[in-house]
Amino acid sequence: MSTSKMKVEGPLTGKVSIRNVTKVYDPDGANVVALEQFSMEVPAGDFIAIVGPSGCGKSTLLNILAGFDTLSQGEVYLDEEPLALVNKPALPGPSRVVVFQQGALFPWKTVLENVTYGLLKQRVMGKSDAEAKAMDLLARSGNLEKIGGLYPNQLSSGMQRRVEILRALINDPKILLLDEPFRAMDTVNKNTMHQHLLKIYQDNPKTIMFITHDLEEALFLADRVIVMTTRPGTLKLDIKVNLPRPRRREMMASKEYLNLRQQTISAVREEAKKAFERGERELA
Amino acid sequence: MAIQNPTKSNFRTEFDVNKLLLTLAGICGFIFLWHASVKWLPVDAFNRLPDPIEVVIEWVSTDPDYGISIFTEDYYIHIFYSTYRALVSFFLAVILGVPLGIFMGWKGSVYDYANSLLGLLRPVPPLAWVPIAILMFPGVEPAVVFVTFLVAFFATTMNTLVGVRSIPDDYYRAASCLGASSIDVLRDVVIPGAMPSIFTGLQIAMGAAWFSLVAGEMIAAQYGLGFVIWEAYNLIQYPTIVIGMATLGLVGYLSSALVRLLGNKLMAWHEQRLGLHT
Repeated sequence: MSTSKMKVEGPLTGKVSIRNVTKVYDPDGANVVALEQFSMEVPAGDFIAIVGPSGCGKSTLLNILAGFDTLSQGEVYLDEEPLALVNKPALPGPSRVVVFQQGALFPWKTVLENVTYGLLKQRVMGKSDAEAKAMDLLARSGNLEKIGGLYPNQLSSGMQRRVEILRALINDPKILLLDEPFRAMDTVNKNTMHQHLLKIYQDNPKTIMFITHDLEEALFLADRVIVMTTRPGTLKLDIKVNLPRPRRREMMASKEYLNLRQQTISAVREEAKKAFERGERELA
Repeated sequence: MAIQNPTKSNFRTEFDVNKLLLTLAGICGFIFLWHASVKWLPVDAFNRLPDPIEVVIEWVSTDPDYGISIFTEDYYIHIFYSTYRALVSFFLAVILGVPLGIFMGWKGSVYDYANSLLGLLRPVPPLAWVPIAILMFPGVEPAVVFVTFLVAFFATTMNTLVGVRSIPDDYYRAASCLGASSIDVLRDVVIPGAMPSIFTGLQIAMGAAWFSLVAGEMIAAQYGLGFVIWEAYNLIQYPTIVIGMATLGLVGYLSSALVRLLGNKLMAWHEQRLGLHT
C-alpha cells in the first residue's frame, strides 16, 4: 500500500436515525424502563459522545444499535435503511463494530490474528492481504507493527485498547461504537488514549458513538455531546461542541470550552443526583 | 508502555537452588520420620511395617525375596497393565467428556438435560460402581476400565463446562460484530476460551483415573499395581506393598506432568500470562 492515509471513497456513510426508541426490561414482572421515547439524528461522520449516570440506558442504546438487544418500541435507521425494528431487531455485524468497556481482544490470538480476524471471517480478502493491510494500519498508528506477534496479555492496557480500536476500524464499519473504552484508566493514560483516538478519527473520519460518564472526556473528543436523563433514559441535553479540530489539551482552558462545561455540568450533576437518590430508595 | 520481551526466560525455567533444597529436605524428612517410627517408636503395629532401607533393598534386588523388583519381568507387566487401563480410561473420558462439556456450556438445552443427571451420578464413589460394573460387563478388564473411566469422565466434563461458562459475553459479542458465524464462534471463542479449564480438568481426571483404577484392581484384577499391593498384603509380603505404592506415585506424577506439559505447549498465550505476573 502506497497511500499514507485511508481514503474515504464516495460520500460519507453512517447516518443514524434513532426514532422514539423505548426499551422495557421485564425481570420478574417488574417493568424497568431503560429507554423512553429516545430520538436522535446522527449525521454521517459525526463524533457523538453520550453522557449519563450509570443505569441511564446508554449501554442499552449501544446494545440495540450493535444488535445485542431488542427494542420494545420505535425504530432505528442506518443510512435510511431500517436497522432495528420491534419485530426485526438488528443482527450483530461488521457495519457496527463495538469496542468494549472491559476489553475483548481474544487473549489466545496474537495482535495480528486479532486485527485480521474480521477481514478473514467476512472473507473480504485472503490471509496474506489481510495481514499486509493489518500491518500497514498498525504501522500508521504509532509504530504498532512491532507488536504484531505478541499476545494481548503481553501489552499494557493502553496498547490493548488501541489494538482493539484498530481491530474494529480495519473492517471499515459505518459506525464505531465505543462503550466507555477508557473507563479503567488513570488520567495520564487516558489523555494519551484521547490523542490516539483523535488521530484515528482524523485519519478515518466515520461516525463514532462514544459512551462515557466522564463529561470532560466527552467535550474534549466529540462534535456533539448528548446528556441522558437517569432511568427511564431520555434526551436531556444536546450540545454542539464548536471547538476546532485538531483538538489540543490547551483548548480545555479556552473560554468556549469552559462555557460548554458550565452549560452541561449542572445537567449531568442533576441526573447523577437523581440516580443516586433512586438507588437509595431502591435499597431502602 | 512496557512490552514483555517474549524471548526473555521466565521464572519457571530459572534454576532455583533454594526451591530444590526445600524439596529435598521434605522428601528426606519424610523418609527419616518413616524410618524412625518403624525402628524406634515403641508401637507394635508400626514395628511390623517395612522400613525404607528394607524396601529399597527389595526394590533394586536382582533376586527379590517376594518376586517383585526392578529386575523382574512381572514388575513391568503390572506397570504396563495399570498404565494401559489408566490411559484407555483417560482417553475415553477426554473423547467423550470434552465435547459433552463444550456442548453443555454452549447450548443451554443440552446443559438442562445433562446437568441434573451428572449432578446425581458424580458423588457416587468409584468403589460403589465396582459390583454393578462387574455385572454389566463380560469380564473383569472392561469393568475396571469402566469404573476408572467414569471418574475421569466426570472431572473432564465438569471442568470443560465450567471453562465454557466462564468465557465473558464480550468475546462472543466481539466475534459476532466482526462477522463470525456460529461455527467460527465455537472454534475461535468457545474452545480456546475453555482450554485452560479443560486442561485443569484433564490433570484432575488423570489423578482421579489412577485413584479409582487402583480401587478397581484391588477388587477385580489379576494384574496391575493395585493388585500387587492387595496381593502382597494378603501374602504378608510387606515391602512389596510399599514398592507398589511408590511406583504408583511415580507413574501418577509422570502422567500428570505430561498432561501439564502438553497444556502449556498448546496454550502459549496462557503460559505467558502466568509468566508476566506484574
